[in-house]
Amino acid sequence: MMAMLAEAGPGISGEEEGPISSSSKYPGPDAPLLRVRQITKRYGARIGCADVSFDLWPGEVMGIVGESGSGKSTLLGCLSGQLRPDQGEVVFRTRTGPVDTVRMSEPDRRLLARTDWAFVHQNPRDGLRMGVSAGGNVGERLMATGARHYGRIRGSAGEWLERVEIDRGRIDDRPSQFSGGMQQRLQIARNLVSGPKLAFMDEPTGGLDVSVQARLLDLLRGLVRDMGLSAVLVTHDLAVVRLLADRLMVMKDGHVIETGLTDQVLDDPQHGYTQLLVSSVLQV
Amino acid sequence: MTDQAYNFAYLDEDTKRMIRRAILKAIAVPGYQVPFASREMPMPYGWGTGGVQVTAATLLPTDRLKVIDQGADDTTNAVSIRKFFQRTAGVATTERTAEATLIQTRHRIPETPLTEEQILVYQVPIPEPMRFLEPRETETRRIHALADYGLMQVRLYEDIARHGEIATSYAYPVEVACRYVMDPSPIPKFDNPKMNDCPAIQLFGAGREQRIYAVPPYTRVVSLDFDDHPFRASKASHDCAICGASDSYLDEVITDDAGGRMFVCSDTDYCAARAERGE
Repeated sequence: MMAMLAEAGPGISGEEEGPISSSSKYPGPDAPLLRVRQITKRYGARIGCADVSFDLWPGEVMGIVGESGSGKSTLLGCLSGQLRPDQGEVVFRTRTGPVDTVRMSEPDRRLLARTDWAFVHQNPRDGLRMGVSAGGNVGERLMATGARHYGRIRGSAGEWLERVEIDRGRIDDRPSQFSGGMQQRLQIARNLVSGPKLAFMDEPTGGLDVSVQARLLDLLRGLVRDMGLSAVLVTHDLAVVRLLADRLMVMKDGHVIETGLTDQVLDDPQHGYTQLLVSSVLQV
Repeated sequence: MTDQAYNFAYLDEDTKRMIRRAILKAIAVPGYQVPFASREMPMPYGWGTGGVQVTAATLLPTDRLKVIDQGADDTTNAVSIRKFFQRTAGVATTERTAEATLIQTRHRIPETPLTEEQILVYQVPIPEPMRFLEPRETETRRIHALADYGLMQVRLYEDIARHGEIATSYAYPVEVACRYVMDPSPIPKFDNPKMNDCPAIQLFGAGREQRIYAVPPYTRVVSLDFDDHPFRASKASHDCAICGASDSYLDEVITDDAGGRMFVCSDTDYCAARAERGE
């Protein structure tokens, strides 16, 4: 089956998808935004992640949870084009039609990564240019896609700073002068300024204290709802997925061991490991 | 007098051949930084080791060499490099831009328009225009390969955000032949327009960084800018105190410790020729 799909190439849906995606070559707006099939990444003999498949629908947030070393970040890297999977396909529905992002050319993938995609790193230092002002950080995506009008670039940068609750007056300050929470919000603004359809988030609240976490989660929830953003959210914090994610995938040793609606998985875990994970959460 | 202990123009023939191959490749791909096996030269890095190697590889016994440093023919760097080639190659030298066939320059383009008969060799300290924004060489090479130059624009954005205008006044980034973004070496941005559609061959040598790049004759060279902050070739708003020229790039010279100063042409040949003609 896999071999057949690979031969058919991007743009042609598999039959197992049901009536929606098999009905036409270029599916309508109710088709999945991201179709992940049999993603496998090995590090030598060891497994990073194995045989992961799922669909992500427009406006949906998929949470991936699991302990350290379970393959969450490897999977996210493969999905977002930062790592090359050994096997499998990641079909993203672009403005012109579905494309397998694993096999697309690097310039195309880079263009996608700064228009339709967003990537929020756990450590804002990885996602920001620390030596460049907040406005320059937010404006970079616009300039990279051809914006050449300083006034307009600065205007949208200021607008986005306000949307992530950073005072417009700090537009010329460098991120190094910002607090951890502000840096994380700046990173989000920098990513969302191009109006992406899909955000990859790697522990977006990691390293922040709980009250700052709560504000950030609130902000993210608002943005996801307002922009109709889909997201793949990797975290080990079950409270974060409870708030943000519609669906949940639990990973262990590189394999997905349980999937389902977030509330269903958290309230009625079936797999032994998921039960352990849920019961390990400290209660205040 | 040529010093017979050296090969013509100091470098051995194999080295010159290697450098010429790099130069040919650089001319074939305008603005692209070609790596080359830069040699130790008998002068410190930062004194023009790259420019000297390019000059040595392109020099012919019939050439007439001019060397300038910040526009001047009589400063330490210019005098020592000129003497170096007088001694090791025995070529004729001149201070007149119009008479020279090969001009090695540090940080200026002569005011006198260049011709098809001439080669201009620049000394380059840092060939990578994005070095201070992106420290990883692997990443800057990828950016060049994919022509993914948003980052360059960020540099100019930062300038306007901080200073209200594009304050970069030298080493102002240019786009060559609608493809590669290039560091024009630390020439003042006043000289940038002279690179565009220039009849002479322009070669750039960075010795420490081991890169050669080039702009072939009659090539489009555009300075980067914003629609609402267009590129402006700026200079001090004075006339030359010696020759009275209003169209040449000026140096500010402090004349005493009481705030006295004068503005004079940075191009000494241009200034002297004008003064001689009594303009």
